[in-house]
Amino acid sequence: MRGATQAKWAMAAAAVALAATACGGNAGSGSGSGSNAAVDPKGTFSYQSSEPQNPLQPANAMEVGGGRIIQSIFKGLVDYDPATGKIRNQVADSITTKDSKTWTVKLKSGWTFHNGEPVTAHSFVDSWNWSANVKNNQINSFWFSDIKGYSDVHPDKGDPKSDTMSGLKVLDDHTFTIELSAPVSYYEYKLGYSAFSPLPKAFFTDPKKYGQQPIGDGPYKFVKWEHNKGVTVAAYDKYAGVDKPKNGGVFFKVEATGEAAYQELLSNTLDVMDLVPASALATYKTDLGSRAVDQPQGAIQAISFAMYNKDWQGKDKNLVRQGLSMAIDRDTITKTVLQGSRQPADSWVPPGVAGYKAGSCGDACKYDPAKAKELIKQGGGVPGNKITILYNADGSHKEWVDAVCNSIRQATGVDCTGDPKPDFKTARDIITQKKATSLMRSGWVQDYPLNANFLKDIYVSGADANDGGYSSPEFDKLAHAADKATSIDETVALYQQAEAQLAKDMPSIPLWYYKSTTGYSTSVQNVKYDSFGNPVFTQVEVKKK
Amino acid sequence: MGRYVARRLLQMIPVFLGTTFLVFMMVYSLPGDPIKAMFGDHAADPATVAHLKHQYHLDMPWWQHYPLYVWQLLHGDLGQTFGGVDVSQVLSQAFPVTIRLALLAFVIEIVVGLGLGLLAGLRRGKVADKLVLVFTLLVISVPVFVIGYICSTVFGITLAWTTPTVQDSNNLGQLLLPAFVLASLSLAYVARLTRTSLVENVRADYMRTAMAKGLPRRRIIVNHLLRNSLIPVVTFLGTDLGALMGGAIVTEGIFNVQGVGNALYRAIRASEGPTVVGIVSVLVIVYLISSLLVDLLYAVLDPRIRYA
Repeated sequence: MRGATQAKWAMAAAAVALAATACGGNAGSGSGSGSNAAVDPKGTFSYQSSEPQNPLQPANAMEVGGGRIIQSIFKGLVDYDPATGKIRNQVADSITTKDSKTWTVKLKSGWTFHNGEPVTAHSFVDSWNWSANVKNNQINSFWFSDIKGYSDVHPDKGDPKSDTMSGLKVLDDHTFTIELSAPVSYYEYKLGYSAFSPLPKAFFTDPKKYGQQPIGDGPYKFVKWEHNKGVTVAAYDKYAGVDKPKNGGVFFKVEATGEAAYQELLSNTLDVMDLVPASALATYKTDLGSRAVDQPQGAIQAISFAMYNKDWQGKDKNLVRQGLSMAIDRDTITKTVLQGSRQPADSWVPPGVAGYKAGSCGDACKYDPAKAKELIKQGGGVPGNKITILYNADGSHKEWVDAVCNSIRQATGVDCTGDPKPDFKTARDIITQKKATSLMRSGWVQDYPLNANFLKDIYVSGADANDGGYSSPEFDKLAHAADKATSIDETVALYQQAEAQLAKDMPSIPLWYYKSTTGYSTSVQNVKYDSFGNPVFTQVEVKKK
Repeated sequence: MGRYVARRLLQMIPVFLGTTFLVFMMVYSLPGDPIKAMFGDHAADPATVAHLKHQYHLDMPWWQHYPLYVWQLLHGDLGQTFGGVDVSQVLSQAFPVTIRLALLAFVIEIVVGLGLGLLAGLRRGKVADKLVLVFTLLVISVPVFVIGYICSTVFGITLAWTTPTVQDSNNLGQLLLPAFVLASLSLAYVARLTRTSLVENVRADYMRTAMAKGLPRRRIIVNHLLRNSLIPVVTFLGTDLGALMGGAIVTEGIFNVQGVGNALYRAIRASEGPTVVGIVSVLVIVYLISSLLVDLLYAVLDPRIRYA
């Protein structure tokens, strides 16, 4: 299995190398855009980052800045193959279940933390118990809520009754079992999230100090954290994973603005970019030539209806919602306003995610002004003939919200305006308190590349991220059945059926999928991005100077 | 003089308390919940939110929280950021950078601004004067971020004399370009102020007397003309030092300088009360001290002004 993956990688690398040399000639940038330069396996490179908002503990990084650093320092039971998005074993030797409720995890031997301590079943179980404990204030503690006994360590109110979750049992040094409170047929996919990383014994003696100097088991070991300047990590020579680093280390450089980072990229003082700023989208492909990256990401932008508002309830209102969706000219908006940085959506699950079904949104996601008008009329019209789209003004959403509104107004005559809120937290406050009245922006970036993540977490009645308050017995039934399935394929298929229900009810309008629009400098090569939008750090090759 | 200084220093206490209170209240009344925002698009887990709010005292009403904050402040505890870093540490990292940047800009402002002002003021109506007026008008009318981007692109990428952004925020040589950009606006004001003031004073009676006495030109200009003309300029410079430190947000962003401006911007975005109050309080102290120094300088420049 491992040999096959390696071979696939080599093929991919060769293909990219060929393409790069071919393009290099055309771009005319000459010096070093080809891939034939000698590679320095000890060479380090810098990457556009931001100051981590929390101490570097695996269950405490929700935001991108800390999240990517954590992912380079830690490796959990499984991760996702960056080329295919398929799940692959890392520390786990096997993860098996018979009923989707009790999972048996066997670990490989030979994995060590950066301080030499071996990675055992205890490293995982202790880590999860600590991270789930409400006393430890870990932002990602809700990730453990599937495990039996979670409410003992994480009660809604008051102090925890226990320090350990009863669902976790260590059988021997390399085996443990996870009992869930209800079946989750795709639980192994969740285990790839960084919150499920193991922790060494050193962590538990002083978690606070550890948060400033983490010790992990991943491809890179922590070197230093210069606050507001950057975090340095170096390749770990005893790393036991399948993705051994091809470079000497990474400097996660704090960049104040995307614009500043882009200027640095142009002058080779920054090597790998996270995301090209909106101001450079029009020019980055000419600026960077073959070093520009443009590929799909597992993230979607949608606008959700406030289904808890009476205006959007009623038998035929789904026709109105479909009509509004049909009135949006996604192709033109993504090409013009968004400068090709997004791909028009025709489903609720982005491509590249297991279970993506092209065209599941059907005609509703195809621009058709005449039919849009007709459907809205058929459904009894938009209440007050007026809609608003709530969004946060600090995230460059204004341009596309205005464009979507224009499109709706021109196609259907429904009055549509943007409803900007000053920043993300203000907008989230209004949305989570269910005070939005019409439509609201809702984006979702995959936690793991499986369609369940885009459906269950957002559209099941009462789900955590069900901002619009959508509730459909049919959808819930299918999702429930999918969670009880005995194979991933069955799960995926059942969730696809559930997605079809969304197309009928249209609780939210899928707009477009995100893309990684980014690039890299002339001193590195073989820079690829996975469907999370992360560069595949271990694959980056630094050229000899 | 000593009593005057002591009185002014004592006056700083209520001003300091007042500003911390105002800033504290402003951060407190910002819309949105900073703790819930940490969860992104995921729903915030209420138990964790409650624990975190308790840890940062955000579950208290302001009339309990503010006294607690001041009490901790008196004990030298500036509080913590949401990332668990002591605010004092944030301050001690950001301020040296910004002080360097601001002082460098301040020196540029004085040397270049005064130089241009002198040149223009002494050659009123000549070509040099016209050129200075046009140049300063241009600098005043073009926003700082435009000047910043142009400088960054031209010097950093097109000419490649330097890097487009600052690589090491503690390196004076690298801070030179951002310091020039930061100083540009004030520099233009200083030049224009100096020029106007000089032009006015050239016609003063004491100048005619000095000239009639047959004093050397150099002595007339430096001891008589310049000394009298500098009072408005010094007032401007004094208040500007504070503005340079606090107003560097745009310049620091363009050149990726990890100073106070960036730290403040981040803290405001995250509604990190203790950090915002800490940074602003230090800035207030800088303002207060530099305005005290300006007042003392008046007496040096004009012996008629006395403090008791």
